[in-house]
Amino acid sequence: MSVIEARFSAREGKLTGAVEMIHGAGGRATAELIRTLFRRHLDNPLLAQGNDQAAFPVAAGRMVMTTDAHVIAPLFFPGGDIGSLAVHGTINDVAMAGARPLYLSAAFVLEEGFPLADLDRIVASMAQASGAAGVPIVTGDTKVVEKGKGDGVFITTTGIGIVPDGVEISGDRALPGDMVLLSGSIGDHGIAVLSKRENLTFETEILSDSAALHTLVADMVGAVPGIRVLRDPTRGGLGATLNEIAQQSGVGIHLDEAAIPIKPDVSAACELLGLDPLYIANEGKLIAIAPPEKAQLLLAVMRAHPLARDAAIIGEVKHDPHAFVQMRTRFGGNRMVDWLAGDPLPRIC
Amino acid sequence: MKFVDEFRDEALAKGLAAAIAREANPARRYSIMEFCGGHTHAIFRYGVQDLMPENVGFVHGPGCPVCVLPIGRIDNALELAEEHGVILCSYGDMLRVPASKRRSLLKAKAEGADVRMVYSVDDALRIARDNPGREVLFFAIGFETTTPPTAVALRIARAEGLKNFSVFCNHVLTPAALNHLLTAAAVDVDAFIGPSHVSSVIGSRPYEYFTETFRRPVVIAGFEPLDVMQAALMAIRQLNAGHAEVENQYIRVVTREGNLKARAIVDEVFERRESFEWRGLGAVPDSALTIREAYAAFDAEKRFSIVTRSAPDAKSCECAEILRGAKKPVDCKLFGKGCTPDSPVGSCMVSSEGACAAYWTYGRFRREAA
Repeated sequence: MSVIEARFSAREGKLTGAVEMIHGAGGRATAELIRTLFRRHLDNPLLAQGNDQAAFPVAAGRMVMTTDAHVIAPLFFPGGDIGSLAVHGTINDVAMAGARPLYLSAAFVLEEGFPLADLDRIVASMAQASGAAGVPIVTGDTKVVEKGKGDGVFITTTGIGIVPDGVEISGDRALPGDMVLLSGSIGDHGIAVLSKRENLTFETEILSDSAALHTLVADMVGAVPGIRVLRDPTRGGLGATLNEIAQQSGVGIHLDEAAIPIKPDVSAACELLGLDPLYIANEGKLIAIAPPEKAQLLLAVMRAHPLARDAAIIGEVKHDPHAFVQMRTRFGGNRMVDWLAGDPLPRIC
Repeated sequence: MKFVDEFRDEALAKGLAAAIAREANPARRYSIMEFCGGHTHAIFRYGVQDLMPENVGFVHGPGCPVCVLPIGRIDNALELAEEHGVILCSYGDMLRVPASKRRSLLKAKAEGADVRMVYSVDDALRIARDNPGREVLFFAIGFETTTPPTAVALRIARAEGLKNFSVFCNHVLTPAALNHLLTAAAVDVDAFIGPSHVSSVIGSRPYEYFTETFRRPVVIAGFEPLDVMQAALMAIRQLNAGHAEVENQYIRVVTREGNLKARAIVDEVFERRESFEWRGLGAVPDSALTIREAYAAFDAEKRFSIVTRSAPDAKSCECAEILRGAKKPVDCKLFGKGCTPDSPVGSCMVSSEGACAAYWTYGRFRREAA
């Protein structure tokens, strides 16, 4: 019986013990950790080969590849955890090219002393997320750093996918006159995470919106292959993401604040903390920019998908050499929606 | 959202805008100073100026707690973090303000100092309890709004007998700054929009002296955009009628006497300093608080023998004039060139309540359109 199995059976259904330096040394303990923890959850034929890489046939056409490092505190939050987030985030980055995600890889940096039970929970969550999405994790790596040199767990995931013929989606393709669509309410993930920060605990029913958006994207691309831009507004929120697109495409974007969906709880938490929901992170939403004549069709397709029931047209692309994102406020005035300088900070008084 | 959306209603805003346009005398200009950075922020974030007639303008005052702290005091904080090895806790924006040689607490943190951003003074107390072997220092800043929580924290620290907790007190007082603006700085404004959160603590009574002495209306207003517009209308009506009174637009929170309990706690823990340096205003008498002798054990200035040396603002930086309402952010040569929120030179570009940051972040398109 292996050490990890012994720890697993020591308490009914729950691992005890912690990550140790030996788990990252590349010897028997590492192999045991991979076999009894990672592979137990993530099992699939490619991973089971036990190689340092996964080999698979590729289709003709264009592939996309993306990689993402996940660092989050707390590791577990309402509606998700770092594991599911690492899977959803990378699937979404692949999907934002209009691509069908195929495979993921995952690299773990573990801190010595991290509870194995928590690692088990995280890997199980990754398995659940990748299984539900139909995008397996086919290769990976594990390293252990000394106590104090990490923050529990860091996960880097890489994803690859295939872009269907006729689809050409990129952040530099927005044109004046295009419409800007958003798949649902903003700020849910960021507020769910903030609500569990040690120094900021407050009661809320808000769950993270963490979700894999590739099936939504497949429906959208199927109906409107001419979508020009797709982007998931994660860190930096809607505000930062639209600024990225405006800059890449060399256009202005004009938003209508009243059209932007936001849940009352999120709005209330932002008011309380003095934060602007436009800059709060999302993990299950996307922005689409499409030619004006296709906007209503695209909106209807989005609203027919469970992950975009609250989709809305929130603005329009304009000619603007300054590439400013501007917003007509709910109040009737105008303002810029600028890049964020540093992290969003609560007001002082 | 209940109790918020009502104060951002477009139809009401249009009604107020029409009333202001009707009542503002086209033959004159109305220059209204909003003292608080919170008001500046609301004006820009909601585009309030767009709804005002051409001859009604807002002038931004010194009411941003991060902006008014002089460089010398930030130098002190840096010294405490770097040379005394304390765990230095402060509010977020304070960490980014450039001190001498454009150093900041965030830069010190990157170089190894133990600087921590906290959301409240309670967090600093918790850190002190969790780290009994380390000195934990709270870099306290802010107007009358943030002072009561600091006072409560000092009472708790004394009651618990915490040996490793101290406060570097930089709490400043609104009425003294207003007095200075109207006397020494001789600011050219017709009326003031008084602070909301500050007034919820000190009440409206302290402003009566100003309206009587300087004959300028003061309208205390909440931070919502409709509050600001209604306050502007009230100020215009007073000016048209030749009145100069304290009016309270923010009756849902502010009373004439303020929060007596909070004031009593502050009085128990703090006393007035004879003088305190403000960025932009210089030395202002009776304008700040220091920790009373009874709490001296928790006073970082005594514990670490802090000596504050006055340090000049960065060359060409016009934060001082902007904080006095003498210049607008766009009048500064550095605005948007050497000084942006990503690379600030002066404090007004750092704080989310700073006038330069508000102009840059929310209003830049106006400049480009002009």
